[in-house]
Amino acid sequence: MSERPTAPPLLDVRDLTTRFITPEGVFHAVEGLSFQLERGESLGLVGESGCGKSTAMLSLLRLLPAAGRIVGGQALLDGTDLFGLDESDMRAVRWHRISMIFQGAMNAFNPVRTVGAQIAEALVFHGLAQDRGEAQPRVDELLEMVGITGARGSQYPHQYSGGMRQRAMIAMALACSPQVVIADEPTTALDVMIQAQILELLERLQRELGLAVILVTHDLSVVAEVCHRVLVMYGGVLAESCEVDGIFNQPLHPYTRRLLAAFPDLSRPEGKLVSIPGYPPRLNALPPGCRFAPRCEEVHERCLQERPKPRQVLPGHWVACHLHEAGAANDRT
Amino acid sequence: MPRAFRPRRLPEVGVPGRGAGMMKPTARWRERLASVVRLFGRNRMGLVGLAMLGLAIGVAVLAPWIAPYDPETTGRVTIDDIYARPSAAHLLGTDDGGKDVLSALVYGARVSLVVGFAASLISMLIGGSVGLIAGFYGGRVGNLMMRLTDIFLVIPDLPLMIVIVAMVGPSLWNIIIVIGILGWTGTARIVRSQALSLKERQFVLRARAIGAGNFHILRRHIFPLVLPLIVTNTVLVISLSILEESTLSFLGLGDPTTLSWGGMLNFAFTRGAISTGAWWALVAPGLGIVWVVLGCTLLGNALEEAFNPRLQSHHLQGEERMIARPAQPGASDA
Repeated sequence: MSERPTAPPLLDVRDLTTRFITPEGVFHAVEGLSFQLERGESLGLVGESGCGKSTAMLSLLRLLPAAGRIVGGQALLDGTDLFGLDESDMRAVRWHRISMIFQGAMNAFNPVRTVGAQIAEALVFHGLAQDRGEAQPRVDELLEMVGITGARGSQYPHQYSGGMRQRAMIAMALACSPQVVIADEPTTALDVMIQAQILELLERLQRELGLAVILVTHDLSVVAEVCHRVLVMYGGVLAESCEVDGIFNQPLHPYTRRLLAAFPDLSRPEGKLVSIPGYPPRLNALPPGCRFAPRCEEVHERCLQERPKPRQVLPGHWVACHLHEAGAANDRT
Repeated sequence: MPRAFRPRRLPEVGVPGRGAGMMKPTARWRERLASVVRLFGRNRMGLVGLAMLGLAIGVAVLAPWIAPYDPETTGRVTIDDIYARPSAAHLLGTDDGGKDVLSALVYGARVSLVVGFAASLISMLIGGSVGLIAGFYGGRVGNLMMRLTDIFLVIPDLPLMIVIVAMVGPSLWNIIIVIGILGWTGTARIVRSQALSLKERQFVLRARAIGAGNFHILRRHIFPLVLPLIVTNTVLVISLSILEESTLSFLGLGDPTTLSWGGMLNFAFTRGAISTGAWWALVAPGLGIVWVVLGCTLLGNALEEAFNPRLQSHHLQGEERMIARPAQPGASDA
């Protein structure tokens, strides 16, 4: 990425490869994923269910399930490789530098402990408060930041509504003033009004606190609303990555195009809703060539044999597709 | 590397912190205590259980002042004193040795309660830690622990208990230990299965993402959720331990220096209480056992409710108040 003369990116992920080693075989969940995240930037991570979005994010925090193995790659946070840290240093990074808003806040709270106590937990862990009592002012402040009265911190999660729980989850994620917040489908299972409210809150907090946010979602409208850049994943690999306008105005990868076509268009109510025929590849039995080839309409001989590498075909626009190699004069950076 | 991750000072963001939500730990405890008191007010059966158990404990502690006769002293016994009917002198009659049944009952509460509490404490410590460790850490150690549990589970308790007590000798502490180390298997299995399911929950992942280690997660996130299970189990094991001690004593394997309720039953049964129609010598210790076991169970259920905040919500209560009707003139006011 030669056209970025400024300081190195806040988070620089290079060739992240994560596999699940199970008795049923090896699942290639994430393969050679690279991306950069600038300070204060909002990056959308889009893809179908099971394409490796969450796995990639959990890999960054090194919180994979027991069968998960990070087999290659680097994740440089301010120049420090997260995969090279020992476990105690990694624990210091978690939440303090990178925090996460979990999918379905309902389950991310311990039902028998008060919300305030659980937010205070993070503060006490990272030495920002000596004990629960000392953490209290900050807990109140965090809750009020997301529009919850501080007094409700002494209530239990089941006394909150769904939207409140999600907001409390956001408050918790911000507890230690992290630089990077990973929001893993923060708006699933919420109705449209609450969804808009949560996204607005996220956007506002990002602006005010200068956070870098990775928004994991399968909802393209969310991405269009909130994100600066988009990264489309398919079958564990990067398909396309560019500025948010580029994805919607000039999608290059056939998968991105089909994905946009599969999105209902309200301006053309008579238009038929198209789906992509077939299923995402099984991650333990991947096709030898391009992973999208079996479902691609523009497939040709080479796609079935050779895996396309991500190339920069336009400034800041990366695509992993054989169709777009002709225009890639400045590839291989 | 350690320098790089030193905590930064918190930036001032959003609304400045308020002090109103502050709660000192003592205040929190007071509030929790108040909620327990409120709960007993709502849960009458729990209150009954507490009263029953409290009475039994009170009687056991104050035995020397309550019992009309000292069971240790041996006076002159005539033929009329043996299995004498209940009378003013002996409210619950006398036993085969011509001694007061009421006094034996009062002193027997001490033995039964000490055995019940001590043995179940041992069971809980073993069962709880085995279950938590096997469930949370799993792996080879967990498997080994569970196979051990299986072995303990399939061996019939009573014959093994009889063999062990016969070998080590029937003293009070031997009986407590034997009951304790044979009674933990059920708890271990239940706690393990709960820990297994809890550790997969998302809040555990969230706690890990916060930077928590295994021990912290076990202590702060898994244990509070397993606690109600352990508490109810403790209560069950207390009553089981009392029953087991009674069984051993009934079979003649009790501590010969103390007389427990099971021992009273044993003497009454083997020395002709049934053939002479001396029902009081059998019914009194039998009711004593039932009293304590029932009290434990009622109390346990109420405690479970107190420890589990989910059960405290009002979803299942106050159905009659759920629909707020405007007050009608002439309608009977509840």
